[in-house]
Amino acid sequence: MEDALTTALLLLDATIRVATPLVLAALAGLYSERAGVVDIGLEGKMLTGAFFAAAAAYVTGDPWLGLLAGMAGGLALALVHGFACVTHGGNQVVSGMAINILAIGLAPTLAFAWFAQGGQTPMLPGSARLPQIPMPGVEALGGIPVLGPVYRELVDDTNLLVWAALAAVPVTHWVLFRSRFGLRLRAVGESPAAVDTAGLSVAGLRYKALVISGLLTGMAGAYLSIAHGAGFVRDMTAGKGYLALAALIFGKWRPWPTLFACLLFAFTDALQVRLQGVPLPWIGVIPVQFIQMLPYLLTVLLLAGFVGRAVAPKASGVPYVKER
Amino acid sequence: MPVPVPPALETRAVNKWFGANHANRDVSLSVPKGTIHGIVGENGAGKSTIMSIVYGYLQPDGGEILVDGRALAVRGPRDALAAGIGMVHQHFMLVDPFTVLENVLLGAEGGWTLTRGMARARAELTRLARDYGLEVELDRPVGDLPVGAQQRVEILKALYRGADILILDEPTGVLTPQEADHLFRILRALRDQGKTLVIITHKLREIMELTDNVTVMRRGEVVANVRTADTDKERLAELMVGRKVQLRVDKRPARPGAEVLAVEGLRVRDPSGAERVRGVDLRVRAGEIVGIAGVSGNGQSELLEALGGMLPFAGGRVRLHGQELPSGGLDARSLRGLGVGHVPEDRQRVGLVTGFSADENAILGHHDDPAYNGRLLLDRRAVRARCEAEMEAYDVRPRDPRLPASGFSGGNQQKIVLAREMERNPGLLLVGQPTRGVDIGAIEFIHRRLVALRDEGKAILLVSVELDEILGLSDRVLVMFDGRIVGEVDPAGADERRLGLMMAGAAAG
Amino acid sequence: MAGGGTGVPGAVPGWVDHALLPLLNLLAAFTLSVAVILAIGENPLDVLGLMVQEALGYPEAIGYTLYYATNYVFTGLAVAVAFHCGLFNIGGEGQATIGGLGAGLVGLALTGWPWPLAAAAAILASALFGAAWAWIPGWLQARRGSHIVITTIMFNFIAASLMTYLMVDVLIRPGQQAPESREFDPGVWLPSMEQGLGWFGIAVPPSPLNLSFLWALACCVLVYLFLWRTRWGYELRTVGRNERAAVYAGIRPARVMIVAMLISGALAGFVGVNEILGVQHRLMLNVVGGAGFVGIAVALMGRNHPVGILLAALLFGVLAQGGAQVAFEYPSVNRELVMVIQGLVILFAGALENLFRPRVEALFRRRRAAVSTIQGRG
Repeated sequence: MEDALTTALLLLDATIRVATPLVLAALAGLYSERAGVVDIGLEGKMLTGAFFAAAAAYVTGDPWLGLLAGMAGGLALALVHGFACVTHGGNQVVSGMAINILAIGLAPTLAFAWFAQGGQTPMLPGSARLPQIPMPGVEALGGIPVLGPVYRELVDDTNLLVWAALAAVPVTHWVLFRSRFGLRLRAVGESPAAVDTAGLSVAGLRYKALVISGLLTGMAGAYLSIAHGAGFVRDMTAGKGYLALAALIFGKWRPWPTLFACLLFAFTDALQVRLQGVPLPWIGVIPVQFIQMLPYLLTVLLLAGFVGRAVAPKASGVPYVKER
Repeated sequence: MPVPVPPALETRAVNKWFGANHANRDVSLSVPKGTIHGIVGENGAGKSTIMSIVYGYLQPDGGEILVDGRALAVRGPRDALAAGIGMVHQHFMLVDPFTVLENVLLGAEGGWTLTRGMARARAELTRLARDYGLEVELDRPVGDLPVGAQQRVEILKALYRGADILILDEPTGVLTPQEADHLFRILRALRDQGKTLVIITHKLREIMELTDNVTVMRRGEVVANVRTADTDKERLAELMVGRKVQLRVDKRPARPGAEVLAVEGLRVRDPSGAERVRGVDLRVRAGEIVGIAGVSGNGQSELLEALGGMLPFAGGRVRLHGQELPSGGLDARSLRGLGVGHVPEDRQRVGLVTGFSADENAILGHHDDPAYNGRLLLDRRAVRARCEAEMEAYDVRPRDPRLPASGFSGGNQQKIVLAREMERNPGLLLVGQPTRGVDIGAIEFIHRRLVALRDEGKAILLVSVELDEILGLSDRVLVMFDGRIVGEVDPAGADERRLGLMMAGAAAG
Repeated sequence: MAGGGTGVPGAVPGWVDHALLPLLNLLAAFTLSVAVILAIGENPLDVLGLMVQEALGYPEAIGYTLYYATNYVFTGLAVAVAFHCGLFNIGGEGQATIGGLGAGLVGLALTGWPWPLAAAAAILASALFGAAWAWIPGWLQARRGSHIVITTIMFNFIAASLMTYLMVDVLIRPGQQAPESREFDPGVWLPSMEQGLGWFGIAVPPSPLNLSFLWALACCVLVYLFLWRTRWGYELRTVGRNERAAVYAGIRPARVMIVAMLISGALAGFVGVNEILGVQHRLMLNVVGGAGFVGIAVALMGRNHPVGILLAALLFGVLAQGGAQVAFEYPSVNRELVMVIQGLVILFAGALENLFRPRVEALFRRRRAAVSTIQGRG
């Protein structure tokens, strides 16, 4: 019993750690795609964020400056995306690919040149990493069965950015559905002409959405390099940006379902580590690769309309051109 | 002595170019406060353009706009809205998944959260609904509402923003007669409350029924500004159509032969599912041109596309050369095999691939004809020779088969399409808007060709919004309105005004 | 949607469209690349000079450059064929991976066969496997409306996982740690260029360049003939340019789209012939190494035309080979510098292709307007 609880808690803990950057990146994608700008550049922005966060944290020794630098890195690429797609009406998918490839090259190139450690940043000391937040009352609750271990394992000493990601979901929900900005954002992703004739700037709204997307992806990257990890490693996003994109689609571009999609995908990741070589009753050993495939397969099935239906914001992917 | 009240809205010598097309030529008009003003004219007369400029959606190339006697710099819809101008566009500018309330709030939220604005809008909309009969369910998604209700949402949007001048572009185009009557009651109520309304329409009945004054436009120009009470439908129809240069087509009387096309009770839905052809009967015999007159948007396009194999039949029967077609219709490839030529209404978006060279376009739809194919490869020389021959016969300039279609003028593009469809000896030729955007010289040429084809004993079904063209070319004229044929006219003795009224749904055949 | 604004063919002379604008875009990409090289504290001229020297300066280097270019020709053509049908195939990476599996299975199975037969079988197998992997996203797009960009991305990951599973659990050579199959029988290896030219008495130094380079050249010709000289290519381009016109012409867009994806996947699959049968001579992981993504840059730069694709593939081959050597020589430069340049080329040749176009077009319009006022409007 105790064992099972510990196992479950470790699994959940791992899930949350994996899910955090996914949630931040998926919400980033949510803002830009809700505004009608397809964002397959999440991966690249995240990687850039991870690098600049680690670089700045190492150089200054201050994790907060690192976080800011990471967000600035994500922002810079988001603005490149806006310049190409909003200002010049360029192809949003091509631009996103360009950003991804650029980032895969730029981050290790700069790391190599600046730190000369084979495309990584040096290991960060604990003081240069974003802090984990200790919770009061761990001792007091420790004796209580179930609740005590849950509190100790999941709530106590959780990284700040985990809380940030968790908070970002209701905030995004509120912004999207209860604020003026959210109303306009959703409108510009569905019907830019309606926004234009209502006297609002289509380009302005899309840029705002991209700014938020850049900041959030930068934060997601910073989590990887200066919160969860202790420095930037080459290709440290390892497809998480694409996974976040899949989660966003799986969550049908809505904040809460997107969070659950992220948790589901993260859980399969945590599970896969646990299940490595462990035979299950009746089934036998499931190759981990099949568990790894699961999020992508589910997304494909969803997009094909075999499990539910995901309908993207109507105007996403289409540069806005005035009609006569 | 009463102080003269400046007009609510005035335009002075407004000009607008779309490329080489002079869409608005020195347009000056004046709308007195508290009146309903009609702007009437044929398709492409520039009615919508001038009002889009007033609303700031388009930027003019010169001229002035005055509201309440003060010059207004309209750089965008925001400026127009601030000056109290609202507009209901022909294609509604609504966000379908949004509720009515959200649509109304967009751009007029009243604060950075929605809660308070929502409450205020709810109260205000309830009041507007009561005062003007503008009932809609505020919490339904707009996309689920019938078009009449969507239009009321557009009006509410404008009123909620405090519009004193409301422009409506073809407001009854999508409405049933009952819905239109409802709309008119609302508009009169608005006028009685002191609002100024501008209605863009091509339907004379509506002008006579609703407006106080009317501006008639033709080919980008204002041809008359009159009080509605001082005129009548006949006079307006004449102004609208104009005493244009009569392009008389020399032709002998038709000698019709066997029946080529017989259509009975044909129904066609457009891709969005709306039934646009609602039970059409017609017959075309060999050696005659049957013209379908009508204002665009009354189902002619869908009729032509269905007969050309681009849309499936939703009901009815079609016989071609006495052979009954399958109940859903045939695809374009099979119809071509049965000798159906099709000059589509929109040559740039349908009839041509503008990025392809002229010779590639010359085989569009015939690309798998053995005449142009070896076992594997296209016979480029045969394709080019074909194109060169057609260019020669139709005097296409420049005579360069390798030039992309987009590099030709409208008239020459049309000749490329016509040559392709007419030079393959079609038993039945479907022709839509053969001279739209084509210069005078080419028009004459195209008309002569069509008549020559008829004299060879081919059956021709012609759709055009140009009355002159229909009357000049056709041996019989059918008038289409609201998806149905509403009457037949003998083009020889046709009265253009009566025809205009039939097209506007105001008179029966 | 009036006009669509930019990119109307015929608005400018052909040489502007096909040479000047791509060069301007390339120039912009390289200008920024130079800035990056400056930022990491190296002399751009030295770096680029060394890059060119190490990629083209001596026969062995040229061999390596052409070996990289071979992959890029295949993936570039793959992207281009789909693009001509209006589809954006980002799945070249996965299709190449699965195509490699097909080639590898042939290599494992055909022990004792003469190499020309094995090569033919491998070409067929890699085409089939690659096409099958592209068929699913193509079918889903054409029949179920799922966005091909997203599905092909997902299929890249699924392909990677599937391949890992097969290498780790199924095809691995027993008693070995690394996830690799046994080496193929040397009889079925695709001869290297050194061998091939050796038959004609031409001596070249050894390099990974092998006879699949010739197949890549052949594919350029075949794709050209298919797209521009057959009725099927005609249908494919019609669907890509104007779906309404395609329906008007009696073409069934959904079917054509699926065919386009099959061809695209087959072309990407040929990377497997080069890598597996020509170089590695065994099945292993990560042989595609990003060539699928480079294909996007190659197609964009090459304006989706085989000649342009060949030239762009050579350029990216130079970058890949030269970049590797620069990383070797310069302590502060590593291989990823090449990816920076690739990313910038995609950005400027693809997403920002309209950056210079309006200005250049305006320039020519002004000139033409002057001419046509004299001639009068017709």
